[in-house]
Amino acid sequence: MARYGMVIDTVRCVGCTDCVVACTTENDVPLGVHRDWVVFDTEGSFPTLHMQIRSERCNHCDDPPCVSACPTGASHIHEHGGIVLVDADKCTGCKACIAACPYDARFIHPDGYADKCTFCLPRVEQGLDPACVAVCPTLCMHFGDLDDPHSNVSTLLASRRAAPLMPEAGTKPRIYYLE
Amino acid sequence: MHELYSTRANPLIDPSLHVWGWEIAVYLFLGGLVAGIMIIGGYFMYRGRHTESICVCEQLPMLGLVLLSAGMIALFLDLEDKWHVWRFYLTFQIASPMSWGSWILLLVYPVLVLTLAIRPPRYLTQRFTALDRARNFLRGRSGLVRRIGMASMVLGAGLGIYTGILLSALGARPLWNSPLLGFIFLLSGLSSAAALVHLISRDPGESRMLARADNMFLTAESALILLFLIGLITTSRVHEEAAVLLLTGAFAPVFWVFVIALGIIIPLIIQSLAVAGKIRHVPASPVLVMAGGLALRFVIVAAGQASHWASTIH
Repeated sequence: MARYGMVIDTVRCVGCTDCVVACTTENDVPLGVHRDWVVFDTEGSFPTLHMQIRSERCNHCDDPPCVSACPTGASHIHEHGGIVLVDADKCTGCKACIAACPYDARFIHPDGYADKCTFCLPRVEQGLDPACVAVCPTLCMHFGDLDDPHSNVSTLLASRRAAPLMPEAGTKPRIYYLE
Repeated sequence: MHELYSTRANPLIDPSLHVWGWEIAVYLFLGGLVAGIMIIGGYFMYRGRHTESICVCEQLPMLGLVLLSAGMIALFLDLEDKWHVWRFYLTFQIASPMSWGSWILLLVYPVLVLTLAIRPPRYLTQRFTALDRARNFLRGRSGLVRRIGMASMVLGAGLGIYTGILLSALGARPLWNSPLLGFIFLLSGLSSAAALVHLISRDPGESRMLARADNMFLTAESALILLFLIGLITTSRVHEEAAVLLLTGAFAPVFWVFVIALGIIIPLIIQSLAVAGKIRHVPASPVLVMAGGLALRFVIVAAGQASHWASTIH
């Protein structure tokens, strides 16, 4: 079975937020909430400043604390590529999953359920990339099977230095950032 | 310098998490208080105190039912999709403390009703003859009463610890990452329940006994809070930063003034002097203990959400 993940090249990313717009359009994300977002991370002291621009979203962790915190089974790991999803019909909006996520990747949808990135599952099931990956004008985002050594994500990870966000939180995130 | 600018701005998430408000704090306090009520009431019944002419075990089960229901209402108010509340009871998720809690709460109600039947108040037996019949059935069965008392104590301890585990199982919030939180909330619930009995008991001997017990609970709770903070400070940078939120940070005034000084130290001094016979028992001290218990839940719920794995110091 596939284990989907993303590799994002922070050197190429210019922070245009096209990924955010594409996600909102593709998934009918309501106004005022976001399934993905862009972070501008600046470190150092003038004039030797270093800025990393990252497109962030749910990390679809291998060991997702949101799933184990869910009291109703609404948060679950989908059989297709291990994508972490929420079944809105089962969700009570108790917010345990939101408190459990170290990435603060979830939010409450105006209809009262916990919502988040789905890796655009309907597109992925058709063999397409998630909308954010498909529209990226700098081609900095890559999606694929982390368990397939010949996939684009695996070859990128083998050839470049990469790190996930906050691996110390212990959730085994599946989005890697090329440095 | 380290500057982060994010385009996210999701409600309740940014700039810092605050998904749980007063409803959860009140629920955790009332859950802990009911846990204490079940342990104290269960102990009295286990020891046969329910046969005394005046015993607070006449009031405790009914108080437990009312307070637990109030806590459940607070929990219900917190749900974003209230029509889906029944979803809790269509499944049991073994890894989810909230799922455990949902089912524990369902077990608590029948046990509270059983303890109510052992020593029901007169205003209830006059209205509900079934309760009177249940009391008569249990009257001669001391072994069964002891078992119900034991069940009440065990379930009460489970409920009290669960209210802390609910938070400590959420690894994303460093302040809550301590197994001691369950025992702190259990002891806080016990001290609040002892304070309640101290306040409402019509038997002066019983009231004094619970004041003494409350002093022990408050002392043990203080020691656990100290260990909890030491544990956080000596774990990792993010845990240390979480402890600092309480010790000197944004939540320090509430923590030191309302939880530690007014909620533990001052009532402990007043009750110690009263137990030693140097001053009279005053209702202010048990009221302060209960208010301190509520403040503890508020500050832990709020500060826990403000704590984060992304260190703010670089």
